[in-house]
Amino acid sequence: MQRLRKALPEGALLSKPEELRPYECDGLTAYRQLPLAVAIPETVAQVQEILRICEEVRLPVIPRGAGTGLSAGALPRKDGLVLSMARFRNILAVDPLNRTARVESGVTNRAISEAAAPYGLFYAPDPSSGVACTIGGNIAENAGGLHCLKYGLTVHNVLSVKIVTAKGNLLTLGAQGFDSPGFDLLALFIGSEGLLGVVVEATVRLLPRPPSSRLILAAFPSVESAARAVRLLIGRGLMPAALEMMDNLAIRAAEDFVHAGYPVDAAALLLCELDGLPEEVEDQIALAEDSLRESGANFLRLSSSEEERLLLWKGRKSAFPAVGRIAPDYYCMDGTIPRRAIPAALRRIAELSNAYGLRVANVFHAGDGNLHPLILYDASRPEELERVEKLGGRILELCVELGGVITGEHGVGAEKLDPMCLQFRAPELRQFHRIKTAFDPHGILNPGKAVPTLHRCAELGAMHVHQGKVPFPEIERF
Amino acid sequence: MGNEDEDQDLTAALAEGMRQAHDAKTPLYLIGGDTKPFWGRGVEGRRFSLLGHRGVIRYEPTELVLTARAGTPLVEIHRLLAAHGQWLPFEPPSFGSAATLGGTIACGLSGPARPFLGAARDFVLGVRVLDGRGQVLRFGGEVIKNVAGYDVARFLTGAQGTLGALLEVSLKVHPKPPVSETLARKESAEAAIQLLVELAAQPFPLTAACHDGERLFLRFHGTEGALQAATNRIGGDRLADADSFWESVREQTHPFFSEPGPLWRLSVPPATLPLAPGRGALFLDWGGAQRWWKGLAEPAMVWNWAREKGGHAMLFDSGQCHRQPIDPDLLSLHKRLKHSFDPEGILNPGRLYETL
Ligand SMILES: Cc1cc2nc3c(=O)[nH]c(=O)nc-3n(C[C@H](O)[C@H](O)[C@H](O)COP(=O)(O)OP(=O)(O)OC[C@H]3O[C@@H](n4cnc5c(N)ncnc54)[C@H](O)[C@@H]3O)c2cc1C
Repeated sequence: MQRLRKALPEGALLSKPEELRPYECDGLTAYRQLPLAVAIPETVAQVQEILRICEEVRLPVIPRGAGTGLSAGALPRKDGLVLSMARFRNILAVDPLNRTARVESGVTNRAISEAAAPYGLFYAPDPSSGVACTIGGNIAENAGGLHCLKYGLTVHNVLSVKIVTAKGNLLTLGAQGFDSPGFDLLALFIGSEGLLGVVVEATVRLLPRPPSSRLILAAFPSVESAARAVRLLIGRGLMPAALEMMDNLAIRAAEDFVHAGYPVDAAALLLCELDGLPEEVEDQIALAEDSLRESGANFLRLSSSEEERLLLWKGRKSAFPAVGRIAPDYYCMDGTIPRRAIPAALRRIAELSNAYGLRVANVFHAGDGNLHPLILYDASRPEELERVEKLGGRILELCVELGGVITGEHGVGAEKLDPMCLQFRAPELRQFHRIKTAFDPHGILNPGKAVPTLHRCAELGAMHVHQGKVPFPEIERF
Repeated sequence: MGNEDEDQDLTAALAEGMRQAHDAKTPLYLIGGDTKPFWGRGVEGRRFSLLGHRGVIRYEPTELVLTARAGTPLVEIHRLLAAHGQWLPFEPPSFGSAATLGGTIACGLSGPARPFLGAARDFVLGVRVLDGRGQVLRFGGEVIKNVAGYDVARFLTGAQGTLGALLEVSLKVHPKPPVSETLARKESAEAAIQLLVELAAQPFPLTAACHDGERLFLRFHGTEGALQAATNRIGGDRLADADSFWESVREQTHPFFSEPGPLWRLSVPPATLPLAPGRGALFLDWGGAQRWWKGLAEPAMVWNWAREKGGHAMLFDSGQCHRQPIDPDLLSLHKRLKHSFDPEGILNPGRLYETL
């Protein structure tokens, strides 16, 4: 601790319980733990020095951006140091000629787009948390957003990162051009949840802002017909900028909250945004409206002004807090399934919801099959959270069973270690651990997150068998 | 699907072959259609062919995902997608009709659309791969959004078989936009870069931009309305037979590439000036971000130039490709990662770098 204190400016090392309190959890507040201490460095050299010291004494380091993560990726350990990148807030350069921005890792998505706006450019990945979350956290989670159907995830929009390794070395992955010599380490690093290095700087791509964006709201009498519309739109060659679905419970909660004019009796609602040149958008609207009607939409509304577009989005964008008003607590899940399985998934989720006696609202990225079931509960009731976690686990099992994955954009963190055992077998997990060791031989960076130990999975497997049912008998076991 | 009589799954035999090579520490030279030996350094090793392991396994057009075995000919995949109005937006160069899906992804090749629609690795969703121990591993999946585990599938793209032999690849595919148009304008290369800077900052549906030394070629894809709007505003001569022009750029059959001699590939930020490290014929692709340069220069000088510009360079000479040296810290990380997939160093040793 003394060495850390010396390495940092005055006041940049916190260790009193009341100072540590704000760092005890991230966006997944059900998981809490006070860290040993929190370091808030200001320079790359300080980050390097902190890591050198921690590596030497084998002190776990938990990198942290804004702490909005939803899988307890930034959850502290009582024997570990939280490394907050909150002071890395500078936009180092915006290059309008090459359409890139070079930023420190604590800069928010919103701040990048604001800096790019004077040039008619924007940074595409737009997680709903974009006002607060940092580019470092986005890179660690490979964050998506409402518009990633057309514009891609973080991995598609970052050209280069500077990282500090566990040993304190500064490395550049990627390049300012479109590729780099050697392995694609940037692709490996993005989504590595703070286990492979600490991001201190990133160069991101900026895109021209589309001059025209129009939003179609379509209401459906059944979830099936809305899901059919999703497949028809994509099958006909449309590439909406965003394609979002809400079920009845979510529609009602959102409408009560923001009065966006959503039809509250609809079983499902689709929000389909089309953008580009005005002429292109006109062509696409015609095709989209036909497809929506053909699939059974009984109500269509096309935004005719920017105010109207924003109003229609407002319901979707405030869906989480809106759901927060109809129950004391909610738990947000994040699995991806093939689009064709959307109706089956929602049906099975409804069955599970009944079986567990917990309400579930669905608001999700339908265009890329990324589900966000919100399980409503009351944390003050004893054992209710436990039931919620069981239901959540069943929903993720369901995603794997339907050919999907246990997390689409929120990451594994500390939360989804058990479901990871369903997704991967021992040989893949072993390879993940080897990759970790290649970057961080003593395992000091965010240890215990993202990749479960083989031991944990073996125990879990044994437990499942013990209860008389292996969840996926067709999947090879170890 | 495809040529079913020729489709076959050789996973078991390939894994057995790999295990034997691992036990005997026999270096292997992995090959698919053998169309791209020049895309790396020569490999001394026993030939390990993936050509017979072929066939499209799953393709559902409305899922926008295709999964095929590594030995599947690229032309077969193009044909299948075209029959459903879809394509691979990264337009991989094939360098010969024998090119396979596995070889294409292993080389990480992307064509003229790369800056506008994305690179090969951007479209890779999942792989099955045989590591240097002879184990079959599966990474990624068949869905668009997936952050479970490290993104090994994308990491293997472009590693040229030095980390594993790809067995299956799942790709995101896209609907092909209904119409395309190419404009040609007489411009100097510098003026072309200037114009591209202006155009790329506007939301035109640009899908390729190159300069052959005399003319700037701009390709657009989109709806009728979008194309009309874009071409009217920008202006230039409509190029007839544009498809074969872009094919010649992609496949390097354009006359620019026909003379023998060393050829540099400069990968730099698109607006980089000066255009090249020295005198010599120049062909700009990727809107300026990929430059083919026939200059005679000391490699060290070119590598320094490219590094200073924030990019890198590759030299194609006498049938081999030499990559820009990487920093020692980074190289040792490469070696540790290589070792983690291939502890005996039997997979395409030396293909990327002499010591890797
Ligand atoms: C209301 C709300 C809406 C959200 N909507 C979305 C959404 O639409 N799409 C989406 O993808 N996510 C969404 N999220 C999740 C979250 O905002 C993202 O995962 C975000 O990228 C996390 O950024 P952060 O800076 O808060 O990271 P943190 O929560 O601080 O950390 C997340 C992980 O990244 C690591 N990390 C942080 N900074 C660094 C660094 N500099 N170097 C290395 N590792 C680092 C941490 O160790 C941790 O594992 C939402 C969250 C909330 C609360």
